[in-house]
Amino acid sequence: MPASAASALPIEVRGVSKSYGPVTALDRVDLDVRSGEFITLLGPSGSGKTTLLLVLAGFIRPDAGSIRFGDEEMVRTPPHRRNVGMVFQNYALFPHMNVFGNIAYPLRLRGVAAAETARRVGWALELVQLAGFEGRRVDQLSGGQRQRVALARAIVFEPRVLLMDEPLSALDKKLRERMQIEIRHLHGALGMTTVYVTHDQREALTLSDRVAVIHEGRIVQVDAPERLYERPGTRFVADFVGESTFLPVRREGGGLTLHGRPLLLDGGPPAGDGPFFLMVRPEKLAVVPPGDADGMNCLDGTVKERVYQGESVLLYVTLADGTELAVRSPSRRETLAAVPEPGGRIRLGLHPADTVVVPEDRS
Amino acid sequence: MSGPGASPVAPNADALARDAARERRRLLGLSIPALVLVGLLLVLPVGWLFYLSVVEKDAYSLVHYERLVQEPAYVTILWNTVEVSVLVTLICVLLGYPLAYLLAQLPPRAANLGLIVVILPFWTALLVRTYAWLVLLQRRGLVNTLLVNLGLIADPIPLVHNMTGTVIGMTHILLPFLILPLYASMRAIDPDYVRAAASLGASPVRAFWQVFLPLSLPGLVAGLLLVFVLCLGFYVTPALLGGGKTYLVAMKIEQNVNTYFAWGASSSLAVVLLVSVGLIFVGLHRVLAIQRLFGVR
Repeated sequence: MPASAASALPIEVRGVSKSYGPVTALDRVDLDVRSGEFITLLGPSGSGKTTLLLVLAGFIRPDAGSIRFGDEEMVRTPPHRRNVGMVFQNYALFPHMNVFGNIAYPLRLRGVAAAETARRVGWALELVQLAGFEGRRVDQLSGGQRQRVALARAIVFEPRVLLMDEPLSALDKKLRERMQIEIRHLHGALGMTTVYVTHDQREALTLSDRVAVIHEGRIVQVDAPERLYERPGTRFVADFVGESTFLPVRREGGGLTLHGRPLLLDGGPPAGDGPFFLMVRPEKLAVVPPGDADGMNCLDGTVKERVYQGESVLLYVTLADGTELAVRSPSRRETLAAVPEPGGRIRLGLHPADTVVVPEDRS
Repeated sequence: MSGPGASPVAPNADALARDAARERRRLLGLSIPALVLVGLLLVLPVGWLFYLSVVEKDAYSLVHYERLVQEPAYVTILWNTVEVSVLVTLICVLLGYPLAYLLAQLPPRAANLGLIVVILPFWTALLVRTYAWLVLLQRRGLVNTLLVNLGLIADPIPLVHNMTGTVIGMTHILLPFLILPLYASMRAIDPDYVRAAASLGASPVRAFWQVFLPLSLPGLVAGLLLVFVLCLGFYVTPALLGGGKTYLVAMKIEQNVNTYFAWGASSSLAVVLLVSVGLIFVGLHRVLAIQRLFGVR
């Protein structure tokens, strides 16, 4: 009975634009979601990610563009005929119905017989690990349980597409991380094409097959999590996904230089004429003994502050030109011993494989 | 030693308890003027009213209540009152619900403008509005003249000095009392509920009946009861527009006091009115409590 990957549909978004007066929420967005793929729309608030989701659900009519689920053009189809499961940020569980009533509602609308309805509600509740909760009232549920019921309601009618609008943002950190794993498992079991919206980059990386980064109404990069994090295409993506400091680099001859020293790069310098920036992530830097620069790009500075954070130690280092960098070292005995006290000189090494140069954003 | 551990004594426990007690006394002191006012102006007069209704010729007696059930005139008046109240409440719901729904769907700025239009009649004196209806509805009034000139009716129809006029006037005056609480409760309904219904496959019509309407019920019940209760004791409008044919409880009370100086008869009617309203509110509380049981706030 569960939806199989075969019933999932690819989504094709072409040239979707939406303006609110002078404000452009979506600017000619193109996006392809493969059948059965889990894709996350990631962006800061006001970037247009929720607008795009609501366009997919049919709650917002775009000014122009095409939305196709499989071969079917959907852009003019009203929401109740799109057969799309949606999980809302505040869950939107009907307070005048109990858990069974909520999950059975889409089946009731489709005229499913009572016995079959009960069976399917039971199946959906089991899937979200709430078997036996049929008779509970919505206000008797905890946040995590509401989340699961909302999920069960969105999948019980086997929609071809599942949309989720920041569904975990109301949960505390521990529960959120557990639900992330469960959503992944659920997606693995059901194989529905899933579009997920979040502003939490770690959540996006954890959950998704691919992540689409949205900025000012445009999709700036779509990539698998690892590629997105390790090889961001622009300074905005590098800045939004993970923490980074940007150091300006200059093109000299065939290569790039940082602070006058040639920059060692795996794969050679990027094309185009810049300006370019070296992306420095706190966890990619290693504390190296003074004088040792074997095959690494080196940065020299003074320790400004040292913050013990349990599993890691965060150092703020001021470079010779006044730029401040963050360095994260695991709190292991040997690394702790190598970290100087505030005021001390420090040398940081960046492996060429971790050396990433990004261009300035075009705006 | 670091870390938590039970302190051998409870430091400052007595002083903190004294502070709390002082704060309670101060709050009580602040509410005394209001309590005195309520006592003098509400408890005392209502108690007096109850007393008058059970006294006849300086002896306790239930004769005033017996009259209410035995004399056909009184039975008719009570029945008329309920009839008019139910009718007016029903018409208010039929007119008010769509209007409140429309206002709740409008963007806030337009909705506020609409609300001002709804409340506007409140800024005109009740008496003026009632006389205005008299002018509009009379035999040669605007409405009858229009209908005759349009050829819809041959002769003017009796729109006033009867039940019709009473109901029209009362509906007009009481409609805002239904719309305001209903509008407030509709505004509080998260639009995501209706969106969720649509995403699950509900057409707009079904989403309204199965999701929006049930969620708006508490506001509807509140407005509906407010209108009904106000109807029960309405005086000016039925007195002027009813033309003596639609006799309601409040009018009988006035007549008993002003014409016959029958305080006992008036008091018993007033007590019946008061107790009915009280029972309705208890009933309302039950209904709302039951809805809370189903999870409706």
